[in-house]
Amino acid sequence: MDALITLILQYLVPAAIIAVVFSLVLFLLPREVRTIFKRELKAYFTSPIAYVLFVVFLGISNGLAFFFFKVLESGEADIFGPFFQWLPWYFVIIIPAVGMRLWSEEQRLGTMELVFTMPIAPWQAIFGKYLAAAVIVFLMLVLTCPIVWTVNYLGNPDNGVIFSGYVASLMLALSFLAVTSAVSAFTRSQIVAYLISLVIALVMVLGSFPDVVDLTMNISGIGGFLAGLINKIGVWLHFSEMAKGNFQIRDFVFFLSIIGFSLFATAVALRVKRS
Amino acid sequence: MIEVENLRKQFGTKVAVDGISFTVKKGEVLGFLGPNGAGKSTTMRMVTGYLPPTAGVITVGGENIETNEISAKSKIGYLPENAPLYSDMTVEGFLKFCGEMRGIRPKDLKAAVNKAIDTCFLDKVRHQSVETLSKGFRHRTCFAQSIIHDPEVLILDEPTDGLDPNQKHEVRNLIKRMGETKAIIFSTHILEEVDASCSRAIIIDRGAIIADGTPDELKSRSKNAGAVMLRARGLAGSGIEGELNKLGEVSSVEVLDSTDDSIRARIRAAKGKADQLSSAIYQMTEGKKIVIDELRVEEGRLDELFREITKSDMED
Repeated sequence: MDALITLILQYLVPAAIIAVVFSLVLFLLPREVRTIFKRELKAYFTSPIAYVLFVVFLGISNGLAFFFFKVLESGEADIFGPFFQWLPWYFVIIIPAVGMRLWSEEQRLGTMELVFTMPIAPWQAIFGKYLAAAVIVFLMLVLTCPIVWTVNYLGNPDNGVIFSGYVASLMLALSFLAVTSAVSAFTRSQIVAYLISLVIALVMVLGSFPDVVDLTMNISGIGGFLAGLINKIGVWLHFSEMAKGNFQIRDFVFFLSIIGFSLFATAVALRVKRS
Repeated sequence: MIEVENLRKQFGTKVAVDGISFTVKKGEVLGFLGPNGAGKSTTMRMVTGYLPPTAGVITVGGENIETNEISAKSKIGYLPENAPLYSDMTVEGFLKFCGEMRGIRPKDLKAAVNKAIDTCFLDKVRHQSVETLSKGFRHRTCFAQSIIHDPEVLILDEPTDGLDPNQKHEVRNLIKRMGETKAIIFSTHILEEVDASCSRAIIIDRGAIIADGTPDELKSRSKNAGAVMLRARGLAGSGIEGELNKLGEVSSVEVLDSTDDSIRARIRAAKGKADQLSSAIYQMTEGKKIVIDELRVEEGRLDELFREITKSDMED
């Protein structure tokens, strides 16, 4: 019973607060952003995409955590090892699938011509669509709650650390999503958008590992530059520090600047496409 | 309402639109004619603010489309080529979305959607998914989207494409009716549509305007405008031809069909004699036992002018 109350206080309450804050932000945004957001979110649920994504993501994340990394048997309060540290790898596969349709579908259907002849600013459309995909990502994370319930049932984990694990995961997922948005602006093919986004996200995860950096260094000529670049966009250290509860401003700045830069790149790509 | 000055668009090294200027006033319906790839759609995309022009100035309702983008765009309703739609929405849902995007207030939205649905005869499919619509309904749904906010300016890229003859007729009437209170530009391949709904027409070829005028003016520019078609019998064809050539009002006789006792010919007037041509022919026949079956002054045809002044892809 106590565990349940703690859980509600430390996990569901913050989730609810995030949801309420998000609704408030949405309410304060211009009508155009809200209209685009609503349409886009509805589109995820009128087609099978959202449901398929939920099932696949939950299958991978919960399934692997329970059966392979043995959350149940470890009886330990730490779920970073079996759960959070694997999330970046799942995100590499699943987040491009959430965002691949954002702008490629608009181009394929030709509806981009409608959107950009309406009396709205391009950033409103880009942001509105991004927010809708962000809600899908948020819901995916919320749906992993069985893991939190389980570790709370088994022991007395530090739910504050769990919460910070979620914050870090959300920031990472939103960064990948923004990258996918930018990539989808370059192509009318969803599958191309998916594959390219997946490769970029993979490089971003691998980029922090010394082995990978060393390997890249060996490429003659551009090796040094390339290694420096992928090391800079490497997300692992930012993610793992944050996920362990070590909140630092520079990590937030890192993720927020990836998001900001990618959304800006989306705008530039769409502008170039039109001229 | 719409002013376009020296509009130019270049894609890489290809010049798609090369220095086009025109104006459309309120109450005017301007027809855009031209072969495929002439630059019609590109021009329309620039006027609606979708494509940025390489050079030139576009103002819509007094607002520059580039510097005052939002307020200029809010005055325009646009039907793009191929009528793009979100396939995951219903007809009504799509129109509601477009209405909201156009800034129609929530309390007026339902009435606006209903009006657009009625105008475009979409009631039967209003709850149907866009994905399952036939081409005609898709087109009309996108058309409904363009008029939902009752814009001052309407830009329609091939609005009757893919419609059956009855629907084409309806849409032409609709354009004509709306043209009384709006400024409308529409493009088409179908020349009879220009006659049916335009107050003015422009013919574009290779990115430049090559003809501009009312449909009647344009028709009168075609080669056969003012020529007289004659079908007559009583003498051998060659004899009638000889008599015609004697007339001072005639510059040339083009024989289309000639037999032992009849002729069918197109007769062109000598310079400055166009008015007297038909009566001169009539008088000539009276004393010569020639019976006239048909005597008609051609008013000229748009398709003739179109073929004369535009080059088709095949000739390239």
